[in-house]
Amino acid sequence: MNTVIFRTLAPFLTALMLLFSVFVLLRGHNEPGGGFIGGLIAASALAIYGIARGIRPVREALWFHPMTIAAFGLLLACIAGLVSIFAAVPFMTGLWIYPGLFGIVVPLSTVMLFDFGVYLVVVGAVTSIALALEREDI
Amino acid sequence: MQTDTMAMTFVAFCLPFLGAALAPVLTRFLGHNAAWPLALFPAAIFLHFSGFLSEIAAGGVVTGGYAWVPSYNVSFSWLIDGLSLTFLLLISGIGTLIVLYSGGYLKGHPHQGRFFSFILMFMGAMLGLVACDSFLMLFVFWELTSITSFLLIGFDHAREAARRAALQALVVTGGGGLFLLAGLLVLWNVTGVTQLSLLLSFGEEVRASPFYAAILVLVLGGAFTKSAQFPFHFWLPNAMEAPTPVSAYLHSATMVKAGVYLLMRLNPVLGGTTPWATILPAFGGLTLLVGGVLAIRQTDLKLMLAYTTVASLGLLVMLTGFGSEHAAAAAALYLVAHSLFKGALFMVAGAIDHETGTRDVTRLGGLARLMPVTFVTALLAALSMGGLPPFFGFLAKEEVYAALAGGNLRAVAFTLAAVIGNAMVFAAAFAVALKPFLGPRVETPKAPHEAPLLLWLGPVVLAVLGLGAGLLSHVVHPLVSSPLAAAIAGRPETVTISAMPHAGLPLLLSAVTIALGIGTYLLLDRARTAAARLLEDIGWGPDRGFDQFMAGLVRFSHRLTRLLQPGLMEAYLTVTFVIVALALLVPLAWYGEWPRLPIWPADAQFHELAVMALALAGVFGVLAAQNRLNAILALGIQGFAVALLFLLFGAPDLSFTQFMVETLSVVILALVMTRLRLQPRDARPLAQRLPDAAIAIACGLGFSLYLLKVTQGRFDPVLTEFFDLYSKSIAHGANVVNVIIVDFRGTDTLGEIAVVMTTGLAILSLIRIRKGAAGPAMAGGDGKAIAYGNSPSGLPAISPTRGENPRGTRLRNVSSGEAAGLSPPPRGEGGEGSSRIRGDAGADVRTGRERQP
Repeated sequence: MNTVIFRTLAPFLTALMLLFSVFVLLRGHNEPGGGFIGGLIAASALAIYGIARGIRPVREALWFHPMTIAAFGLLLACIAGLVSIFAAVPFMTGLWIYPGLFGIVVPLSTVMLFDFGVYLVVVGAVTSIALALEREDI
Repeated sequence: MQTDTMAMTFVAFCLPFLGAALAPVLTRFLGHNAAWPLALFPAAIFLHFSGFLSEIAAGGVVTGGYAWVPSYNVSFSWLIDGLSLTFLLLISGIGTLIVLYSGGYLKGHPHQGRFFSFILMFMGAMLGLVACDSFLMLFVFWELTSITSFLLIGFDHAREAARRAALQALVVTGGGGLFLLAGLLVLWNVTGVTQLSLLLSFGEEVRASPFYAAILVLVLGGAFTKSAQFPFHFWLPNAMEAPTPVSAYLHSATMVKAGVYLLMRLNPVLGGTTPWATILPAFGGLTLLVGGVLAIRQTDLKLMLAYTTVASLGLLVMLTGFGSEHAAAAAALYLVAHSLFKGALFMVAGAIDHETGTRDVTRLGGLARLMPVTFVTALLAALSMGGLPPFFGFLAKEEVYAALAGGNLRAVAFTLAAVIGNAMVFAAAFAVALKPFLGPRVETPKAPHEAPLLLWLGPVVLAVLGLGAGLLSHVVHPLVSSPLAAAIAGRPETVTISAMPHAGLPLLLSAVTIALGIGTYLLLDRARTAAARLLEDIGWGPDRGFDQFMAGLVRFSHRLTRLLQPGLMEAYLTVTFVIVALALLVPLAWYGEWPRLPIWPADAQFHELAVMALALAGVFGVLAAQNRLNAILALGIQGFAVALLFLLFGAPDLSFTQFMVETLSVVILALVMTRLRLQPRDARPLAQRLPDAAIAIACGLGFSLYLLKVTQGRFDPVLTEFFDLYSKSIAHGANVVNVIIVDFRGTDTLGEIAVVMTTGLAILSLIRIRKGAAGPAMAGGDGKAIAYGNSPSGLPAISPTRGENPRGTRLRNVSSGEAAGLSPPPRGEGGEGSSRIRGDAGADVRTGRERQP
């Protein structure tokens, strides 16, 4: 595992995979993808980084504890469900807005927020398990 | 106007809780004088409900409330008739005095604010209990009184006796609450109503119902535990561990009367039948006698009063069930009289304790000159309790005897019980009211002097009320006694008895009671010895039974936990997979629904076959692998092949996820391997391999057959069509799978991600235990770790540790790998226990154990 090639390439691979995971997350509503898959891709990306460089750089790069990220995701998902209170519709009803951004209509919804929460929970939970298992001394 | 009254009543029910919230703050600023503003809360409630007196006296009923959960027909509604109103006035009126009394009694106590808070919360629960109309609210308030009384009884929580008493009260009354809940549910099923006011018109149906016996047993289970009827009476005297204001409040007018309230409330519905008229008087009479004997036996003022309370509750239950012409009126009068004199006497006992430092009647004497106000109060209350004219207690006792006395055997038996019980109560009353005050002065731990205003105000008011109510019975009866008796009996009642003695059988019985009581009082020391000897001869009581029951419960739970949680991964996995295999195979065999043999597809493409071959190769790779890492990789190959199959057959989302899961599984399993330092090879002996293989094959076969069967069944396309139709139009998404996950079944997903996160946390803490076990050097980040040690009793205990458990046994052996070779074997009593907790595959656990010398 500790070849020079792998260790040099890993950060680029991780960056690409993270970007890809967000892409998969965002396109999930209409094409194959979504929060679960995106989260798993992002977790694998971080695992690769950890295997190549050790877990300290991963923890530093994440800034937050991965479990905090997961908890924030759960909070986002709950908020996405609760927004419907203000529209006087049942819990978890999807609400959509269509703001114009530079002349392009960008559909935004509580459903997307929810999917984002799912993404963060999966990334956070899987990464924290992986990081906890990896040995400090690599 | 009507809505104004309703809103005001609602506010009245909320006021105690508001007071409870303010109490700690007020006490911080005003000290014990916070009692004065806090007493305004119950006083306001008392005044508000007094306004209903005339309406209730005229035969009316006050109802009101607000819809709460309309879809379940649950409302916050109240039903105030004579019964509820009397209770409301007693609770709020005595509550006012108790709050003032607590101000004096707990003056300077560091947690006085907390105490005020608890007692006001309890008051709120009690007010709700006696006024609420809906079954659900009744149960909620019922349990709330149990919980708040737990807090009050255990107020002095540094003492073990107080904690035990609190727990005992909670277990007994809270457990009784569950009986009540079950009873109410049955009542609901039988009648279809969830409101007491509606239930009252269903008496016929309930009594004729085949479930009547069940209802009766369940309701009585709730009422008898709450009202301390024999054999559940033991919690009440133990609850005397509470500060005296609590005893004076809970055990005179409120908590213990809740059961009596319930019986009186349901008397028109459940009463009048043979079981009702047998069980209630029998248990009540027994409780009366037992309470009387136990009261005589005590030397502690509070305990004497506590047991006389048990006796009085017995008398009330007996009257409620007796069902004769005057029984309801007698119960009504005795209920009110008892609340007044018992509250006063408890407060007097507390004042004596507060001023002299002891409650032992044999160590008190000659206080009359030093505490004149307290003495007069005690005397007034005792005269009412003893049933002497013209006190209210006399009226009650006359009515009791008028109700019980009769020509048949049943009447004679219960009259006899009442006379003997009342005589003992009489003796106990005067033992409390006279013994400490008369005779020569006895040295006490504190130099006694008259109690301060806050301590004598409450008892004086109650004692004077006991006299006044007796003298002004022509005012009290129409306002309180008659509506109360009518509500108990379920038909109009007029109480007429006055303080003027009338010649007749009741008066004669009263005279006999008093004579017997004076005799017992004079021979009190001898009677006490006799009662003590009697109890010693019996040797066992329900109080000890409670301890035995609780100890048995703990032992049983311990054994059950050991059985279900042996701490061996091997056992868990075996049980889990055996049950999975059985769950899959048994229904197929039982119903004979084996799947048909699948037909080999004629148009199978080469690449599809190749992928299937890859999957098979992966499986055989797992079986053939000589080392664990290779087995994990081979399993990954199998998983990838299946993911490819998903891709080929049009499930890109599934396949995508499967790829990622497989990748991460391999990574994480490999990491687990490195961390656990497992032996690289699987060294199970053949004798273990064969059963394991059998279980694995059974599981695999089960899943295959089950999936074949499912796919061979007729496919119902309703959901497919629904999602196809609405995914785009309603949820604005073309990817049906994702739309289902995040929108149509979003709440499911919310639950799932919560599970994902919780699992993550659990795994993280398990890993931290290992890090802690391996020593501080390996502990990550903050260096804190939780370790599962074993308490000396053998129960698992959790303690924060840095690598060692409290008794110093090294916890290295929580990891089997280390147990196998690295750490010294555990020694001492904890060794067997702590080595049970392990976290990896069974094979190495076993080898680890084998290698331990």
